[in-house]
Amino acid sequence: MNYINTLLFAIYPYIALSIFFLGSLIRYDRDQYTWKTSSSQILESRQLRRGSILFHVGIIMILLGHFVGLLTPTAVWHVLGISTSFKQLIAMLLGGIFGLVCLAGLIILIRRRLTNARVRANTNIMDFTILWLLLAQLVLGLLSIFVSAGHMDGQEMLKLMNWAQSIVTFQANDAALSIASVHWIYKLHVWLGMTLFLVFPFSRLVHIWSVPVSYLNRRYQLVRARVR
Amino acid sequence: MKIRAQIGMVLNLDKCIGCHTCSVTCKNVWTSREGMEYAWFNNVETKPGVGYPQQWENQEKWQGGWQRHSNGSITPKMGSKRKILANIFANPALPEIDDYYEPFDFDYQHLHQAKSGNHPPTARPRSLISGQRMEKITSGPNWEEILGVEFSKRRADKNFEQIQADMYGQFENTFMMYLPRLCEHCLNPSCVASCPSGAIYKREEDGIVLIDQDKCRGWRMCVSACPYKKIYYNWKSGKSEKCIFCYPRIESGQPTVCAETCVGRIRYLGVLLYDADQIHQAASTEKTQDLYQAQCDLFLDPNDPEVIKAARQEGIPEAWITAAQQSPVYKMAIDWQVALPLHPEYRTLPMVWYVPPLSPIQTAVEAGYVGKTGEIPDLKSLRIPIKYLANLLTAGEEQPVIRALERMIAMRAYMRAKHVDQVNDNDVLQQVGLDEASVESMYRYMAIANYEDRFVIPTSHREYAENAYDLKNGCGFSFGNGCSTGDNHVNLFGGKTTTSRNIIPVVIKE
Repeated sequence: MNYINTLLFAIYPYIALSIFFLGSLIRYDRDQYTWKTSSSQILESRQLRRGSILFHVGIIMILLGHFVGLLTPTAVWHVLGISTSFKQLIAMLLGGIFGLVCLAGLIILIRRRLTNARVRANTNIMDFTILWLLLAQLVLGLLSIFVSAGHMDGQEMLKLMNWAQSIVTFQANDAALSIASVHWIYKLHVWLGMTLFLVFPFSRLVHIWSVPVSYLNRRYQLVRARVR
Repeated sequence: MKIRAQIGMVLNLDKCIGCHTCSVTCKNVWTSREGMEYAWFNNVETKPGVGYPQQWENQEKWQGGWQRHSNGSITPKMGSKRKILANIFANPALPEIDDYYEPFDFDYQHLHQAKSGNHPPTARPRSLISGQRMEKITSGPNWEEILGVEFSKRRADKNFEQIQADMYGQFENTFMMYLPRLCEHCLNPSCVASCPSGAIYKREEDGIVLIDQDKCRGWRMCVSACPYKKIYYNWKSGKSEKCIFCYPRIESGQPTVCAETCVGRIRYLGVLLYDADQIHQAASTEKTQDLYQAQCDLFLDPNDPEVIKAARQEGIPEAWITAAQQSPVYKMAIDWQVALPLHPEYRTLPMVWYVPPLSPIQTAVEAGYVGKTGEIPDLKSLRIPIKYLANLLTAGEEQPVIRALERMIAMRAYMRAKHVDQVNDNDVLQQVGLDEASVESMYRYMAIANYEDRFVIPTSHREYAENAYDLKNGCGFSFGNGCSTGDNHVNLFGGKTTTSRNIIPVVIKE
């Protein structure tokens, strides 16, 4: 059991993250033509507008919440005057709300992809894999709120924060130790999260790297000259 | 002053016979691929009609082009950069495939394989997207061919604005014309402005607007932003594609495929010199009716010694300056002012211009005047309403259209008098402000239209851009990564092996 715990939560994350970074880099360098959002809006627009907006707003807020919530050291929260139990409450509330928003969008998108003949014919295995993985991950995340409701002191959340912070600071043993005793739902959620990083470079998810923020301070017109 | 050169095009609609050779040859060369079946870089529409995609001229619906604000600034009609980014999850103004048409093929094989029966077998249509049977084909790239759709539907044509259109639904008053359309390679392209990835760019040396297929991420804002709907989202590759003005041909001094194969010899290609510093000001002109003139003012006289000097300083090759001096496009657009831009009110400063078509005169009596007395008939008697052409070509301003049509009529009258009656009818020329030399030149370019006169395209100086020795054993236009053919059909990163072209390294100049 201890071995499996170390493998899944101390070694697997590094494998997944390595593939995430290296895979993205290689794909960007070698095969940028495949780097795209894979939008199917031209084939079906009405359902997509409903689903995609809900889904994206929800998932962006959830991801931001995870990054800030997991990776900000406990001491910082205390300086800000936010107690661990209060932080957990916020996480449960915001995570719950945006989780449901995201879930609604995701279900519309899955339904659209399954039922619209044009979209379905233009879907590859990875598109479906990603959708099902996200759905599973989202449901697990929403279920974990009920588990969290059983212990409002925030101690379980601290363990998960320790795990995440140990992983990014390369303390694999601490990571494996901190996560060993949490509820299996959290464990599955964490493992699936790492798996999403693993499949990231091989899927349309790479478009996340390309969020076009630089557009905001760009000139409207672009002219390219040949190198002389 | 920042002088740039651009290859522009003129289409003489007066001679277009609507044969679609341009569309077909273009399709065969560039878009006969999966994902692009529905896309026509060049298409020919019968006007009046809603066109392809349906109602492309209705910018309230599709949000194409630019919008001028009360403070004099212009932004894409889709909205500010923030608004464009806010709509990135789902573009509210994106045409769906049905706004173009669902691409289809026929079950031809059934004709061979059908079992013996009482009725001859038929080849029924099948969708190229879903592979499913299509019971009825309901639209196509040229659905209104020769007014083939009832008037009540064609009535939605935006160019009917301020026209008592219903009158033209009656058989006696009906009129039609052809409008071949391609990317306008605008001076102020709204597709470039709306691309969040910055993948679309205008080439400095010849003004061709291209999409960097490697940099395109498929945010699909350009599709809406282009008011001419000439950017197509490839639903297979997930990238947007557009008319590339046959740049490999242009670079080697050849005309584009559409122009080369035009049997009516209506297309002209030539160099225009313009002042790039004035683009923004011209595009921001307050009244849409003044945009035509503002754009004309951008173009520089290639025979002016000052302009030539400045062009040389800018590094424009000598061959390009010479070509600009012989440019048929400059002659038709500026010297004779018979060619007009398509929908200047979109503020994109388009670079494919059109000579408005003449049409039969309604009453035969009036027709007799032309040529005999040197009088120009009242253009109101032409079958195609002037206002309609003005809405199409000059944002509703009728005077430039009238001038162009009168000059063409005068040219005919003058040449007819010369060849039939053996007299030089200078009165008719004076009426329209032409002299003998220019009308002879007009005749040479517009009526005779020799290949060498129609296409004056200087070759690109690639030797400045790259070392030819490095291209030794190269693979030219290739698929996949570099020279790899990608033959194993396995792609680590999902999706089928696809086309990718190595591009010449570029520096981005803003």
